[in-house]
Amino acid sequence: MRDRAILHSDINCCYAQIECQAHPQLRDKPVVVGGDEEARHGIVLAKNLRAKRYGIRTADTLVEARRKCPNLVVVPPDYRLYLQVARDARRIYYDYTDQVEPFGPDEAWLDVGGSTRCLGLTPTQIAYEISERMKSELGIMVSIGLSWNKVFAKFGSEYKKPDAVTVITPENYRCIVWPAPVRELLYVGAATERKLYSAGILSIGDLAQAGDRYLKKTFGKIGFMLRAFARGEDISEVKPLDPTSWDVSRQIKSYGNGITFPRDITDAHTAKAVCWMLAESVAQRMREGRACCKTVTVGIRSAADLRSRSYQAPLPAPTDITAELASTAWNLMDARYDFCEEEPVRGLSLRASNLVSLDDGLQMNFCDLLPTRRHLRALDVAIDDLRRRFGNNIVMWGPKASDVTAASMDAKCDNVVHPVGFLHR
Amino acid sequence: MSAMVSGIERREKHYVEVIVDVDPEGEVTPLELVWEDGRHFEIERLIERRRAASMKVGGYGIRYTVQIGGRQRHLWQDDSGWYVEEIVHDGITTM
Repeated sequence: MRDRAILHSDINCCYAQIECQAHPQLRDKPVVVGGDEEARHGIVLAKNLRAKRYGIRTADTLVEARRKCPNLVVVPPDYRLYLQVARDARRIYYDYTDQVEPFGPDEAWLDVGGSTRCLGLTPTQIAYEISERMKSELGIMVSIGLSWNKVFAKFGSEYKKPDAVTVITPENYRCIVWPAPVRELLYVGAATERKLYSAGILSIGDLAQAGDRYLKKTFGKIGFMLRAFARGEDISEVKPLDPTSWDVSRQIKSYGNGITFPRDITDAHTAKAVCWMLAESVAQRMREGRACCKTVTVGIRSAADLRSRSYQAPLPAPTDITAELASTAWNLMDARYDFCEEEPVRGLSLRASNLVSLDDGLQMNFCDLLPTRRHLRALDVAIDDLRRRFGNNIVMWGPKASDVTAASMDAKCDNVVHPVGFLHR
Repeated sequence: MSAMVSGIERREKHYVEVIVDVDPEGEVTPLELVWEDGRHFEIERLIERRRAASMKVGGYGIRYTVQIGGRQRHLWQDDSGWYVEEIVHDGITTM
């Protein structure tokens, strides 16, 4: 496997860099791309290098960010532009290989091992050429890592930033990767780092030498995977993009939607409206994905301590029917939480899981023959058609329509599907 | 004693109308640029056509390097249309 040539390309400070490229007057200022403060999404989504020097971090609130840097310029996000740049970046990648795996709008793995002969370029030359073309054609800088596996390639793109190419080889990985803190290895988060630190495993090199017994006891199978990552033994392939969905081919395991409502939710009426809004979005996406769910999970995030509690319930039959999903979810929320002024809620979420595909054939039961179910399904199909033609808010279910704020929101369009975790296939 | 400070020059994106020729393969060649006051500027020749970012005014697209009035100019095409980098003077004087 050590003869593979995998690049990881990362658009540095993606959203902020794109905004600064599009608006030259921002380039000499500290800039963040920030969410809508009035809708209580006011956090830093991205920062440029000047803002970073003030200690501003992604996910800081805008209030905190302005405290750190009073001259800060806050720009609202333009997702249409960022997705356009991401697509145009991929167009450049596709000139070098058809094996391109996006990882969010700003990152991608490329397997260029099969391209070197027909292009007459070495992998390193390909990396530098991509870097130059991103600058000259799109006006943005990337950092690129090149190695024989995806994990080290990603490490390489983080190693030197911005605007750099880092090559990690079987000869140099012990010098470059192993001395690094263990947190810098893909899939080592804060909780895993704490566990590793408590065992004296501080660096990626330490992890590479960790014993079987410790790894199995502390992490189970994942521990062996992490050690393999640390040793450069990741054998996962670059999964090509599916052009019909502009996403990698993967098995969807659930459909979810969550929201921080513009004001704290302090009554059951509003909570029900938001619940129905989320259920509509999830059910519509399930129907588009030709899936039904057997389990619904709801999440309630308290405004007092920002902690989330989740509750799960099975459905009597697999469903993609909005009314069934919404009423099960609402009954669950209503039974488990007292929505009142004394216990304000910051956000709600809804997830449909334990999916079955319509294409695999559903086991019918007597419930499916009930006129009510058939009518509800037909109603959903009719509503979906109206929405496709006239927009998602052209027709609404009563509970959503009964709340002015919820009625103006479009949970489906505003839902951002975040990049699938590295392990999800 | 008085002093005059020359104006600060900056560039702005200025969308313009362009008359083009499209060949059977879909390749576009700009022929004439129409300014907002109605003046027509003939494009004498196309020197280069390539994808490029405009770092002076922001954005990116297909950059046409053309000759107009004997001088070389850049003309961009993006999803919004055709634009040039217009030089804008902010005149500042001090006494």
